[in-house]
Amino acid sequence: MDEREPASGQPGDRPGVPEQRGDGPYLSVEDLRVRFATEDGTVRAVDGVSFAVERGRTLGIVGESGSGKSVTSLAILGLHDPRRATITGGITLGGRQLVGLPEEEVRRLRGRDMAMIFQDPLSALHPYYTVGKQIAEAYRVHHPRAGRREARRRAVDMLGRVGIPQPARRYDQYPHEFSGGMRQRAMIAMALVNDPDLVIADEPTTALDVTVQAQILDLLADLQAEFRSAIVLITHDLGVVSQVADEVLVMYGGRAVEHGGVERVLRRPQHPYTWGLLSSVPSLHGDAEADLVPIPGNPPSLINLPSGCAFHPRCRYAGRNGDRSRTEVPTLRPAGEPGHLVACHLSAEERTRLYREDVAQVGVAR
Amino acid sequence: MARFLVKRLLSAALTLFAVSVLSFLMFFALPRDPVTGMCPKNCNPERLERVRQELGLRDPLITQYAGYMKGIVTGRDLGSAQGGRCDAPCLGWSYVNNEAVSDTIGRVLPVTLSIVIPAAILWLLLGVGLGMVSALRRGTWLDRLAIGFSLTGASLQLYFVGAVLLLVFVYNLRLLPVPSYTSLFDNPLKWASGLVLAWVALAFLYSAIYARLSRAQMLETLSEDFVRTARAKGLTKPKVYGRHALRAAVTPVVTIAGLDVGGALGGTVITETTFGIQGLGRTAVDAVRAGDLPTIMATVLIAAVFVVLANVLVDLLYAAIDPRVRLR
Repeated sequence: MDEREPASGQPGDRPGVPEQRGDGPYLSVEDLRVRFATEDGTVRAVDGVSFAVERGRTLGIVGESGSGKSVTSLAILGLHDPRRATITGGITLGGRQLVGLPEEEVRRLRGRDMAMIFQDPLSALHPYYTVGKQIAEAYRVHHPRAGRREARRRAVDMLGRVGIPQPARRYDQYPHEFSGGMRQRAMIAMALVNDPDLVIADEPTTALDVTVQAQILDLLADLQAEFRSAIVLITHDLGVVSQVADEVLVMYGGRAVEHGGVERVLRRPQHPYTWGLLSSVPSLHGDAEADLVPIPGNPPSLINLPSGCAFHPRCRYAGRNGDRSRTEVPTLRPAGEPGHLVACHLSAEERTRLYREDVAQVGVAR
Repeated sequence: MARFLVKRLLSAALTLFAVSVLSFLMFFALPRDPVTGMCPKNCNPERLERVRQELGLRDPLITQYAGYMKGIVTGRDLGSAQGGRCDAPCLGWSYVNNEAVSDTIGRVLPVTLSIVIPAAILWLLLGVGLGMVSALRRGTWLDRLAIGFSLTGASLQLYFVGAVLLLVFVYNLRLLPVPSYTSLFDNPLKWASGLVLAWVALAFLYSAIYARLSRAQMLETLSEDFVRTARAKGLTKPKVYGRHALRAAVTPVVTIAGLDVGGALGGTVITETTFGIQGLGRTAVDAVRAGDLPTIMATVLIAAVFVVLANVLVDLLYAAIDPRVRLR
């Protein structure tokens, strides 16, 4: 049944660590911290984030730009420059601890066990090489014994599987000869060419128009059903999250502020920042006359994060606990229902009341 | 691709035509009488007139130009005073050198080619290599060394570098013979040992610019999304840098290299003078000093041909490197 491991098993292709299968999360991130030393000070891009994803499940990471979501994904793939970034905490992929692993071993995992789909396929694909060659190259680097012809067959096959018509002809075309949606399909084909167990999609639909967005999301869901990979979907779009994610992690200022099942987080959001995100999204089912409510202010500077709860300067309810929001960093705590965590100083009853009174009528939840 | 090539070649031919007309007008239609300049003191008016007739200077300009161009393509008869039959490519007769201009050019052109082409290979390898290394090792002592090297090269002049090289390697250490030109086909070793100092001097000065340019280009390319994609695929560093980053980074280098090499082939006056080698550049300067119009005209035309050819070549290389160019 498992076609990804040929009976011959290429020696040296997989490191000696036994493959963890089935049970438990495939990717788990514990207390991840990513810091960059800059001339202006230390940027705390990710400040103690934890989450886990099982095979066949999708985690959506949501937040504004600068919330640390992309930095998190690049840290998982080990793509930060070690001279500039300091990474602490734990990243476990299929039982292997990635933090501190030698670069060469991480490289072997990249593209094979974990792959990434980038935001803008026009700039993420090399303009000088044909689409097919780039996919075949991704295959051959992890299948050193595969010949040119086999790699080509595999790439054409993948192009067909992501819904690109006439894949054999498209193989020899350059990225600029593809439309935006086709380019993103090609990007997905490239990420999936080695059957990775973890796929990180960083804003995969942001550069596309809406109708194509839906197609790409459907495609991702179909391929996930087929390959049973774990997916981390990074987006600022709650609509996308509600469509494909099983779980949601809301990030703000490099920290997790809310975490839980997608139904719970979108239907009964607990954090004022999540409320803000939901209220700023138009809804088909809500009151057509109701105004969208933007979150006031701008995302915080990661060098000079506001004290206490990083969201307090933009939070309508920050004053309700005296000085606590300004002085004390809230930790992620259970928010009533199991598996639903929130980092907020407001009490559970108060949150429920405020949500019902101030926010609920505008929500985006299905 | 074929259409691209035809278009480029057509525009190159048009440019050359324009250059030939302009330089012809400049040198043969100016009020200055070319004959007085080339005639020794005892010229009487009748003799001057006879020479003017022989040179065809009494013919309409168009006829003169057509004759000149016909000479280049098929050869022409210049009359007994100018050596009689002049085979294609006929560039006229030089009274100063007392030989057909094409013979002069045939003698000095290989010299300039022998100086410029090896020097260009050397400076490209050195410059791009240094630029890549310092980009990949940004901030290390290697990077600083490379920047220092290129800064030194950019601030020095060829006659200074050349003189120092001559002093050290020829006159003090006596490692090399006094620079001179020997044909590559007669004696390759002598060819190389006679020109190597000129190559080194040129390469040192030029590679400075290339090191800085390719360093900046490489750094810019390394921050491109497609380089990140290449790394995300799990490619090894040599492949990421060599195949993905380098190819994108060298495009502007190719442009500058084409212009530089094309320009240098038109004559490297300072280099030739510093090392005492008679190439196209010195020949052009000598011709200007002597008022030797046919030779001046020929050197200008040849320089133009090189610049235009270099441009065509750059365009072709561009198209070979960047598929998006082929669409235009």
